[in-house]
Amino acid sequence: MTDMTTFWTSVYIVMLAAFTGYVVISRVPVILHTPLMSGSNFIHGIVLVGAMVALGLATTPLQQVIGFVAVVLGAANVTGGYVVTERILRMFDRSGKKPGKRG
Amino acid sequence: MFDFSSLIDPIYIATIFFFIIGLQRMSHPLTARSGIVWAGAAMLIATLVTFLTPGLNNFALIAIAIVIGGGFGYIAAKRVAMTDMPQMIALYNGMGGGAAAGISAVALLGTTNAITGSLAVIGGLIGAVSFAGSLIAFMKLQGWMRPRPITFTGQQVLNMAVLILAIVSGVLVITQPSWIPLSIGMYLPLFFTLSICFGVLMTLPIGGADMPVVISMYNAFTGLAVALDGFSFATPNYAMVIAGIIVGAAGSLLTLNMARAMNRSIPNVFFGAFGSKEEKETHIQGSMKSTDVDDVAVMLAFATKVIIAPGYGMAVAQAQQKVKELADLLESRDIRVKFAIHPVAGRMPGHMNVLLAEAGVSYDLLFDRDEVNPEFPGTDVVLVIGANDVVNPAAHRQGSPLFGMPILDVEQAENVVVLKRGQGKGFAGIENDLFYRDNTRLLYGDARETVAKLVQALKKLS
Repeated sequence: MTDMTTFWTSVYIVMLAAFTGYVVISRVPVILHTPLMSGSNFIHGIVLVGAMVALGLATTPLQQVIGFVAVVLGAANVTGGYVVTERILRMFDRSGKKPGKRG
Repeated sequence: MFDFSSLIDPIYIATIFFFIIGLQRMSHPLTARSGIVWAGAAMLIATLVTFLTPGLNNFALIAIAIVIGGGFGYIAAKRVAMTDMPQMIALYNGMGGGAAAGISAVALLGTTNAITGSLAVIGGLIGAVSFAGSLIAFMKLQGWMRPRPITFTGQQVLNMAVLILAIVSGVLVITQPSWIPLSIGMYLPLFFTLSICFGVLMTLPIGGADMPVVISMYNAFTGLAVALDGFSFATPNYAMVIAGIIVGAAGSLLTLNMARAMNRSIPNVFFGAFGSKEEKETHIQGSMKSTDVDDVAVMLAFATKVIIAPGYGMAVAQAQQKVKELADLLESRDIRVKFAIHPVAGRMPGHMNVLLAEAGVSYDLLFDRDEVNPEFPGTDVVLVIGANDVVNPAAHRQGSPLFGMPILDVEQAENVVVLKRGQGKGFAGIENDLFYRDNTRLLYGDARETVAKLVQALKKLS
């Protein structure tokens, strides 16, 4: 982010994204709060993409070590967040053939 | 030749689109599962297209790291029991925070200008706090640490001091003033150590009923850290910025809703050390009266309306299947059965709904606190299964640490039967007036076994 145009564009984006998050979530019923929290936990797993770039562009060994750890953590966030959310939401899926299946 | 890196932005835009669609579909029980599948597919493609980033090296390292982290995340999430989901969310959230802190560290070790450096420092601070705080929350819920609040004198002063030192060291990381003969290699570890210490210290005094609020808050923190880190690159990564901000906004809203459900403010959650202070004198009158399975079975058999109020104890004992059996059996005897769900029963909002849905209980039988509270006076029997703080009438009494928290008014029912493991207090560590009421009977034992015995006893009565 070097020039002022990029800066102000970023401010627009941040503002609109904040509204989007607020509006989308405000309609979620209480019973879906746990899967919702888990689902948003999965979505911030996009951090993996940033960690990949950080490691991919790393030049010093120290940056590589930190980047490597960041990718490991980010990948765990993504896959774990997905599986947990999917498992919770499967309980709500009425078309599922095995209702009452133990998780 | 076609420049494949030109695919990155269109695909990131599509990713964000499907994230939003996915979240929106999660807002209804019937479409919820497809929501996460949409978001998951988008995430997979975004991850793959990131390999096309111009100038990217260390491909093997990236692939190995993804396999290690992804493998751990997948296996742990598959194996864990449904009842342990809250702490798994805390754990994965902490890992996301750690990844964000790592990105900040890599960025700050490279070249940054005043703006990108500042954003990386703020993102690193928030990410590290979320990392450490979520891990403490995980350990408390997992039972690796005592869940009760840990407090000591001067705690808030110490916490403030650590936060201020972390911020000061963060400023030093950006400015690197020449009059201090230290290099970035020394500021940076100091900055992250202080940030992690603050995350730990901030979470130690929180315990008991506040854990859902805390996990939700750290979820929002990680989102914010991810968004800030999106700006730490030479060209901003808007996929990270938008996804992070959406999670930050959504998580904040959810945190506020949960805190409101308990009638507490956010500062109070973080600085109130809920449940650490005992009331000086107990105003409780009466005595605890226990009962046995056969008496309760008879009581249920002659009831016309029964309300079941589940809590964390049901989750711990894995009693939801048996509870569903009991509810079915009662219904087959033309007894009206309803479930009273307190928004913060369990360790997560909606925790009880998930467990009961897992057991196959229909949504139509689940009622929110405000819907069900007027019904207690006309109810013959209320079965409290492993709930404690959310049914404590002390919440109506001035001076109680629970004062003001909206509860399930189960004490207004004709009879209250409390299934309890032992004589201990609730997670908040507060004596429960309900247990001493004249219309309350306590049924001790493991919730699953007790409910199973109730089912047997009821069958014999027919």
